Amino acid sequence: MHATAKAIKPEEHFIDQEPYYEPVGDEIEVFSAAYRNRLPVLLKGPTGCGKTRFMEHMAWRLRRPLITVSCHDDLTSSDLVGRYLVKGGETFWVDGPLARAVRAGGICYLDEIVEARKDTTVVIHPLADDRRALPMEKLGELLEAPDAFCLAMSYNPGYQSVLKDLKQSTRQRFVALEFDYPNAALEQRILERESGVEEGVARQLVRFAHMTRNLKGQGLDEGASTRLLVHAAKLIVSGVAPVVACRAAIAQALTDDAELLTAVNELSASLF
Amino acid sequence: MIGPRYPLDAEALERRMDAYLDAALSSRRTAAAPARALAAFPRDLQEFVLRWGAIIASSNCELAYQFTAFAPEAMGAMDLDSVELWLLHAMDLYDNKGQRPAVRAFQDVSGFVANRQERLSGMALEDVQGVLERFVHGLDGRGLKVAAGGETYTDTEHLFVPGIVGLLPDKDANFRLYKAMVVHQWAQNWFGTWRGGVLLDAVERWGQPDLTLRRLHALETVRLDACIERDFPGLHRDAQALRRELDAPDDPAWRALTEPLRRPAALLEDSLRLLEALAAGRLHCPRPRCYQGGLYPERVRGVLELRLARERGQFRIALAKLVEEVDGQPPGQEEPEAEELPETRGRFKLRARAERDTPEGYSYDLFLDGKPVAPPEHMVSTMESIIQDLGEIPPEYLVAAGPGLYKRGLPGGRDPDSVWAGTYHEEGAFLYHEWDHERRRHRKNWCVLREHEVQGTGLAFYHSTLRKHGGLIKSLRRTFEVLRGEDRVLRRQHFGEDIDLDALVDAYADVHGGLEMSDRLFTRLHRDERNIAVMLMVDMSGSTKGWVNEAEREAIILLAEALETLGDRYAIYGFSGWTRKRCEAFAVKRFEEPLNDAVKGRICGIEPRDYTRLGAPIRHLSARLREQEARIKLLITLSDGKPDDYDPQYRGDYGIEDTRQALFEARLDGIHPFCITIDEEGAAYLPHMYGAANYVVVADVAKLPLKVSDIYRKLTS
Repeated sequence: MHATAKAIKPEEHFIDQEPYYEPVGDEIEVFSAAYRNRLPVLLKGPTGCGKTRFMEHMAWRLRRPLITVSCHDDLTSSDLVGRYLVKGGETFWVDGPLARAVRAGGICYLDEIVEARKDTTVVIHPLADDRRALPMEKLGELLEAPDAFCLAMSYNPGYQSVLKDLKQSTRQRFVALEFDYPNAALEQRILERESGVEEGVARQLVRFAHMTRNLKGQGLDEGASTRLLVHAAKLIVSGVAPVVACRAAIAQALTDDAELLTAVNELSASLF
Repeated sequence: MIGPRYPLDAEALERRMDAYLDAALSSRRTAAAPARALAAFPRDLQEFVLRWGAIIASSNCELAYQFTAFAPEAMGAMDLDSVELWLLHAMDLYDNKGQRPAVRAFQDVSGFVANRQERLSGMALEDVQGVLERFVHGLDGRGLKVAAGGETYTDTEHLFVPGIVGLLPDKDANFRLYKAMVVHQWAQNWFGTWRGGVLLDAVERWGQPDLTLRRLHALETVRLDACIERDFPGLHRDAQALRRELDAPDDPAWRALTEPLRRPAALLEDSLRLLEALAAGRLHCPRPRCYQGGLYPERVRGVLELRLARERGQFRIALAKLVEEVDGQPPGQEEPEAEELPETRGRFKLRARAERDTPEGYSYDLFLDGKPVAPPEHMVSTMESIIQDLGEIPPEYLVAAGPGLYKRGLPGGRDPDSVWAGTYHEEGAFLYHEWDHERRRHRKNWCVLREHEVQGTGLAFYHSTLRKHGGLIKSLRRTFEVLRGEDRVLRRQHFGEDIDLDALVDAYADVHGGLEMSDRLFTRLHRDERNIAVMLMVDMSGSTKGWVNEAEREAIILLAEALETLGDRYAIYGFSGWTRKRCEAFAVKRFEEPLNDAVKGRICGIEPRDYTRLGAPIRHLSARLREQEARIKLLITLSDGKPDDYDPQYRGDYGIEDTRQALFEARLDGIHPFCITIDEEGAAYLPHMYGAANYVVVADVAKLPLKVSDIYRKLTS
């Protein structure tokens, strides 16, 4: 186990080892074609279904650095583009992650873009159409993107509220890829591969996930994601009893509602 | 002189009883006997009986007599808490089932005492219904409802279980038993006991249906338990533990006979085949397992037939929509009365695809004109339900619906306006609890509320109001515009997301000039979002007839215009009621609707109707408001008087207390209630209901239109 963190510059974040990813459909071909044509890509899908893993996999395939920005509602355009800082009585410019990605010809991945404020998302518009340029107003520069640069963002249509919708002017610039949970057999294979859990347990875990997905809209906003299943499977491999692992890694992550928790725990208890 | 601590004698008790029992007494029935029995008890117990007797008498005098007559026996047999449970149990029966069951419950003191242990350690369905229902939804298949019934059985849409389960010594074990009952009924639905009507047809041919059905149920239970053992080891373990506790062990001969049913491929048909062997042999059918309940083919038949017809229609309508998506127009426009369009038969194909975790082992892909189509989610669940019933989607289903079926709609529609046509009663309505302050308990699902839409009228009134209050509207708009928040960049802040370069340059110069450096060096984006959702509930009771109603409508028009300027989300609903069975909420403007001509027409169409049973509409509209995502949620009631209803019980304290409780529940959900009333006596009861600062009395009706907007402005700024 590593005890110290490793610091690298975002634009040097090359992925050397192939990240494990099971394609569900033709997403790899579509993404590659979009990349070759310098088109930006929008990944749609519920949480924990493999969007971020897919981006890592594509960054590895395309051999480009991956710069991920997790969007939040205090993210300003300066946080993306860059800002002046003061040091030793002088002001100097520091690039934001988006500008770094453009300069390095990397892949900039804006995770959960709807969480960002609408005035922030507008700064990516010139980058996301055929201009492919990032205006840096404060610096008085226009940064033209090299061919290798790629803009991608993710978005979960599941919990979009009136307040957090993606503007048409933003979404209509992107090639959209839809992601969903993999089918049962594939999801089971992913679990076995990611956690080393044995086949029978993986199968029951996948069934449990389907049970929770049946409850979507009955009090649960989302069913258990593949990511949660992997967490539970890892706990089980480390010797935690399956029912306990499901409770800790899945049920508690899904809801705080006492009645729902009881129902979800009863469901996992019925399978193991 | 008798002090308060001394028991009352029979004569004094009889006088007190006469006071509240008057209507139930006659020359042949007096309060003398109950009074004599009660005289032997200490004063506090006597007062307990007299107090509750009077409370019950306000609902039903006969029940009050029964209570008074049997209370001494009950107090002799139980402690006071249990006596209270006993009387509340009887009153709940009265609420739900009527007077006779309640009278029987009062008379059956010994029965209650015997069941008390069960009640103390037992599990009541209402405590676990939510958990069980979600549990079943999670398992798979059609969404089955869990409901209380005398017996344990399923009609393929509901799972009926007893209202209370207390066979086992503690609550947890009783919950396990509940779960096993529900799972067994679910398994009948999921593992095909009722599939394809095979069993329903077989029952018709049997000579001794009762006996044969019992035998078949025993066989099916073996088969279903084996299915559960394979798929749900945890449930199987629970069931085994219950059987060790409650059932006799299986006879080895029975186990041997039923062995074929434990194979994974076993079906209902295998059980039917074994029936004959069972009838021929001398083997006794074992006693039912503790969770299996009964089979009621007749109750299934009706439900199944209705559902099959409904889902075939739904499926065909969904097919027609798919055709419309491909062709760009709905099919069959040239034959407007057609129910189905046989010419579309050739265009659809189904192909089975192996899919584990379904009982059949496959599911279907749908093709239109040779291309695979992804059916929408509701269609998938209809298809799954059809497969669950029939084991497949029969080829004759693959015909798109014609415009005739489209137009007619499907049976079981939930149009709230047709309810009084007598076709259905509580179907499609919302049920709400009501607070009975005397019992200090909710009456469960007591009020039946329906949501209708106000019939819109012309816009003449709207326009005339705009003309009449033209100047006022302008000034309202101006004042409301000031309130509208906008994003502003604040400069020279202590903290913020960006550096204020101008400030920094100044500060830098200051430092060089030997002055102290300011720390206000940042810019901050100040968001002044008015994240408000407001629900306006308008009194449509009969008492508003005339100029009150007119003033209400004017007030709403002005407020709506003002709110449009402000951009707050708002909804307008009217309410009225006629007894608990007919509470009504009238949608004038829903949250998602813009202020268009239809809405304006509905505002003009607000008209006086019946009474003011406030509790249920408040509960309903708070539920609507709760769905909104807003930082501030306001529930503004526009009313002309106290809660009131045709049903005399609701008048007075009862109605006020119920309203207060409903508002209290709303407040727990983060809703701020506020009341604007024209009732000059409002100050007497409104502080109690809404809280001291949460109401305004507008004495002059003519000023209502102006005041409402003004009050709203003050409230939200």
